[in-house]
Amino acid sequence: MATIELESIVKTFGAVRALDGFDLRVESGEIHGFLGPNGSGKSTTMRVLLGLLRADSGRVRLLGGDPWRQAPDLHRRLAYVPGEVNLWPNLTGGEVIDLLGRMRGGLDERRRADLLERFELDPARKARTYSKGNRQKVALVAALASRVELYLLDEPTSGLDPLMEAEFQRAVHELREEGATVLLSSHILAEVEALCDRVSIIRAGVNVQSGTLAELRHLTRTTVIAETVRPAAGLARIEGVHHVQNEDHRVVMEVESDRLEAVVRALADLGIASLQAHPPTLEELFLREYGEEVSA
Amino acid sequence: MSPSHEAPRSRPLAGTGHLVRLILRRDRVRLPIWLMGLAGVTAASANAVIGLYDTPEERAGYRATVENSAVTRLMAGIPYDTDTLGGIISYELTALTGIVVSLMVIFLVVRHTRAEEESGSAELVRSAAIGRHAAIAATLSVALGAAVVAGLLESAVLIASGIGSGPALLFGAGVAGLGLVFTAVAAAAAQLTSSARAALGIAGAVLAVFLVLRGVGAIDETALTWLSPFGWQDAIRPFGESAEAWPLLLMLGLSIVFFALASWLVARRDFGAGLLRGRPGRTRAAAGLAGPTALALRQQRGLLLGWAVGLGLLSIVFGGVGREMQTMIESNPDIAAVIAGSVDDITRGYFAYVMTLLGVTTSAFAVSSALRLRHAEESGHAENVLATAVSRSRWAWSGIAVTAAGTTALLLVVSLVTSVSHAVVSGDRALLWPVVRAGLVTLPGALVLAGFAVLLHAWAPRWALLAWAPVAWAFVQAYLGELLDLPGVLAGLSPFWHLPRVPVEATDAAPVVLLSALAVVLAIAGVLGLRRRDLATT
Repeated sequence: MATIELESIVKTFGAVRALDGFDLRVESGEIHGFLGPNGSGKSTTMRVLLGLLRADSGRVRLLGGDPWRQAPDLHRRLAYVPGEVNLWPNLTGGEVIDLLGRMRGGLDERRRADLLERFELDPARKARTYSKGNRQKVALVAALASRVELYLLDEPTSGLDPLMEAEFQRAVHELREEGATVLLSSHILAEVEALCDRVSIIRAGVNVQSGTLAELRHLTRTTVIAETVRPAAGLARIEGVHHVQNEDHRVVMEVESDRLEAVVRALADLGIASLQAHPPTLEELFLREYGEEVSA
Repeated sequence: MSPSHEAPRSRPLAGTGHLVRLILRRDRVRLPIWLMGLAGVTAASANAVIGLYDTPEERAGYRATVENSAVTRLMAGIPYDTDTLGGIISYELTALTGIVVSLMVIFLVVRHTRAEEESGSAELVRSAAIGRHAAIAATLSVALGAAVVAGLLESAVLIASGIGSGPALLFGAGVAGLGLVFTAVAAAAAQLTSSARAALGIAGAVLAVFLVLRGVGAIDETALTWLSPFGWQDAIRPFGESAEAWPLLLMLGLSIVFFALASWLVARRDFGAGLLRGRPGRTRAAAGLAGPTALALRQQRGLLLGWAVGLGLLSIVFGGVGREMQTMIESNPDIAAVIAGSVDDITRGYFAYVMTLLGVTTSAFAVSSALRLRHAEESGHAENVLATAVSRSRWAWSGIAVTAAGTTALLLVVSLVTSVSHAVVSGDRALLWPVVRAGLVTLPGALVLAGFAVLLHAWAPRWALLAWAPVAWAFVQAYLGELLDLPGVLAGLSPFWHLPRVPVEATDAAPVVLLSALAVVLAIAGVLGLRRRDLATT
């Protein structure tokens, strides 16, 4: 059963269509990466999932229930780290963690102590004195110290340093081992590549790509770099070959994955001195999806 | 010859002009409200005094009352020259104008220095081509400008009321001088601590100490008044034969001392740091802090305590002067018309008036407490709570419950303190319970206004601040009372108008029950609205 099902969700704010027929499916037990540029609708999606916002139309199912109607019951089974962490300035970090945990229905004491140590968070300080990174840590400890089925994490590491980022990744791996489901929105592609089973890319309120990283890569182009014995001419005429950069014997091009065979044949005819081919990095995928928006 | 690269000069004040404009832009609503409010109150008060004390006999009556009232002296200092209209106006206004101007500059200075640094906006500014001391220089320029404008406005209003221009200008100068002193006090306080709240607390405490010194000194006219800038303000005596300008120099001197302290502190601390460090707090939440009600109570604890202290002090004064009112009102039929109407028992009439006024003032707490739901929503704190197993209804009702309980508690304090203060000062216990009843009977009025605030926030969040309009109206209605002679339709817009005037009238249950029911209906409608709309998101 899917933990999260969003079907053709529309959410407008005045004239702005924040979500415009958005679909998302997160299976139980998977770590799902949620990528998109600023303002593409990631946080709006999270808030619709929490029942803080009501979708104008479409179908929302979360843990088998309707988050708008059954928010309190469903929220016992999930934990949330908001994209922008706003804490009560006069409470200490420790008090915030306890308060949020208790309102969610309890937290795991051992995990709380363990996480405080791992994230090197001083719980005795008032929230108003925390830096952005430390506020983020408070929200993370509060969420991860609860044993729940689903974790909704909205850019949870945006204020963390690399050491803490590594610690966060370890914590998510542990969640996976426990069988929890995680929806992780992020800008840090290395993090998504390291953690996520499946990825969805949102742009302007529409889901433009969804699948495993392997599937996404397959749908797109492979970069081929070759040095040939004879001058590499005429490759650009092959169907499915793009962005050819040719300097006499050296050629760099992008090839649609199902056209690789024809290209390798053509290169063989030219005599191959060296050949590299690598699938697109997530970064390239990402830039391609967004780059089109920029040029459009 | 080697090319000479001129070393970048340190220009600590670079960009001050930009920052002045930024401050004025950010405060373009707030600052005029402070200034206009001050001028408005002065104009209203001046006109009231002119209407009430237009004969020498009436002025003599006023003088006799305030001369011998320790409570009034504690609040407003030594009554100088109260045989003149200007003197009475000045005495009526001195506590208010001094405090308003001081608070205006304290809030302004802390908001644009320490609070900015705390929120991080200052970092953004300082990283631009802005000098080290530009922010504080800009803030102080604006604060001093605001103090001078406040002084000029005071003078202008008094001149317009027909007070001579010389004394009016001197009075205005005293007001501006206090603004100057507290600008310097706030500047130093903002450098001392690392949190804006603590800076406000320190500056506020200095203000309170100066007020108390002046007040205690004024009772027996001792030298204590000379230890307080408020005492210096009184000593100017703008409306007397012996008007003096030199106390202004004392104000200037004290400001220079505090400014020097502030700049000494600025040079000795890092960005973001203060001289006084925050203490470490609890690492675990107390067992009781486990739900939205406990959270709301914790968030409003300070607000409630501040109101309790402020209203408690006010109640001591209002209760304490109950007996003196008799002489004052008997000597002046104009005042009797405002306060007591056509009541035979002046003291009862006075308490009916004062308890309504205190009830209306308490409703300001009720509304600001009810609007905490809005604050929670806009600051993103509500999102934290509503993402847990707390429902919208439970969250909203928790806030409403704290508002209702806090308002009830405040009114209880106000009623008991006024009543006991009167009983102690006058030795008359006959009014002990009637005065308490008079205070408590205003509770439904305050709750209706709070319910209205919840309703607005739920259904028209952008207009939520309009919830203050009925509070202001109720205050005008209660303050000026019979004097306005408003038609019932207008007067009836204030819920307090419908309540029985205890202890003059019997406690009629019908309006109390009806208004209570209305408050409940407003709250329910509000919660229903909060359940059906989107949460405002940051």
